[in-house]
Order: sequence, then C-alpha cells, then structure tokens
Amino acid sequence: MIFLTVGTQLPFDRLVAAVDAWVGQTGTPVFGQISDLAPENYHPKHMEWVPRLAPEEFERRYEAAPAVVAHAGMGTIIGALTRGKPLLIMPRQAALGEQRNDHQIATAARFGARPGIRVAAEAEDVAPALDALADQGSAPPSLGPHAEPDLIAAVRAALLGPR
Amino acid sequence: MDAASETGDGPGVHWMSETSKSPTVPAHRVMAIASGGGHWVELRRMAPAWQGCQIHYVTTEPGYRKELRAEPEARFHVIPDANRWQKLRLLRQLLGIVWLILRLRPHAVISTGAAPGYFALRLGRLIGARTVWVDSIANAEELSLSGQMARRHADLWLTQWPHLSGEDGPSYRGAVM
Repeated sequence: MIFLTVGTQLPFDRLVAAVDAWVGQTGTPVFGQISDLAPENYHPKHMEWVPRLAPEEFERRYEAAPAVVAHAGMGTIIGALTRGKPLLIMPRQAALGEQRNDHQIATAARFGARPGIRVAAEAEDVAPALDALADQGSAPPSLGPHAEPDLIAAVRAALLGPR
Repeated sequence: MDAASETGDGPGVHWMSETSKSPTVPAHRVMAIASGGGHWVELRRMAPAWQGCQIHYVTTEPGYRKELRAEPEARFHVIPDANRWQKLRLLRQLLGIVWLILRLRPHAVISTGAAPGYFALRLGRLIGARTVWVDSIANAEELSLSGQMARRHADLWLTQWPHLSGEDGPSYRGAVM
C-alpha cells in the first residue's frame, strides 16, 4: 500500500487533502502518518491514517510500500534513495503556516531531480504525480548507508582530538 | 578519574588487527545527539566516524533503540522532546541533557541538531569535551537557528553545503549523502 508521511510534528492539510481526493477518485489504497490533527485540520475521508507510528512500524510500512508520498523532509528523502523507493514530495510553505521557514522548498529544489523523486509544488500537481508514481516501479538504490568519506574523516579527527 | 585521563594525554588509537584495520579507542566516550526524524537519520549516517569508541546515542524518540540491536556496544539514552515554543518541555529536555553530560562525561559531543544538540555542545564545552556541529543538509539556504547558536561552542562547525561555507566558518567538509 502507498505510504503517506508528513512527519510527526505538524499536520500538512494541503498534501493530505490532495492525496485523499486521489484515493477517492482512483480507489487506490493509501495509509498515512499525518501527525496530531486539530478539529479544524483536514480529516481524511477515503484513506486509513494514524497520527504517528513507532519507528519500527514506520520502517515496516515504508519497506512494504510500492511508493511513498511525503513532505520534503530529509529523513524521508534519504530513506527513499537508500531503498530505491519511488517518492513524491511536496514542500511545506511558511506563508501557508505549514512550517516556520521555507527550507523544504530549497530541499525539494535540490533533491527533486534525484532518481525516483518527483515534486508536487501545488495541490493540483499531486494527482498526476501519483498516477505517474504508481506506474514508475522501484529503482536500484542510488545512495549507500554512510556519509561521504571526507566528512567521516573530518568528524573522526575532530572527535578524537585532545581535550 | 577515568581511564582516558589517567593516561595524561587522552586516548591513543589502537589497531585491533592488521587484517581488519579497524581502529578501536574504547576509552573514548562520544555522545552523538539529535532530535528525532531527519536529524537522527543524518547523524546515524556518520557512525563510521566514531567506530571503536564508546558511543552514547541520545535522542527524543525511544523507538530508535531497536535500530541499535545490531550494535550491542552502543548505549542509548532518551530525552524529552520539545519544540522552541514549549518552554517547560525545553527546560525538561535541558535538564535531561545536563544529567547525561555530568553522568557520562563524554570526551566528545557531536550533533546534527536541533535544540538538544545545541544544549549538548554548550554543556560539553563546559566539561572540556571536543564538540562537533554538522548542520542538517535540510538547511540549503541558510544555517539552522540552532546551528548559528552552536557556532561559539563548536570545535568543528560544519555546513553540508559548499555555498554556505565561509572564511570565518562554517566549514564544508562533505555531506551525509
């Protein structure tokens, strides 16, 4: 089942509502981790959802999903690249009260072109991107498990320096 | 007095064997601290940097303990979660970190963010620990607020974006991906 995650800190109505509408139209099942909702937040009508998952359950859902839909968070992006998982990201916008700053827009701009990643800037981009994502299939992992060797060497030297 | 300080000049690097070339510095205590989510994922990708050390992971999400099952030598500590507007929770988080720093007396502290990392670097400095800040790769246009605040307390102060580095720091030495 396609897995939707917007993290556990803040709701993300624009993405959740767009995905829910697509589920209503296509009947494709989606499971969402959509954080704690206030009464005024959008409550999905067509998809199964929980506010948050324990990390182990999150990993299980992520692994089992044919594709993942998410806010433009680095944890999710790294997770998709290390697994070759097709990923659709929508960056949160500060002007819409979705995040305190626009760092996710920068993240989407810089990582949106990586293999297997698609970006939906607006709600109307979500349905066509989900259609394409469903057809895309998984890719070979394009990212290994560790940071760049130069960074690891620099950090190690600093950590092991004299007090 | 602990084993490292008894030697007078900090821990030496020992080679476990000629074949594996895996360095081990078991007396060197490293605290690797990050809040849950992307900060934690980025921190974990740097694990080879503290291979062979006595590693203490500190985070806000208790469920990450299970990730470390394959690393029985790693220690795992949980602190309260908080965002910058939850002052009481931030205070509880700070107290949790004070307690861990005093109890573990790390030789080095490393963080990718956010608030817990800033607290730990400041407190680590006070007890003479080496401190490393690696600002999250999510901050591609400007350094994070916690990263800017960590500047004065970091022996190594890094961004993961070359265009954000400068003469007066932060430095760029590569990225977690």
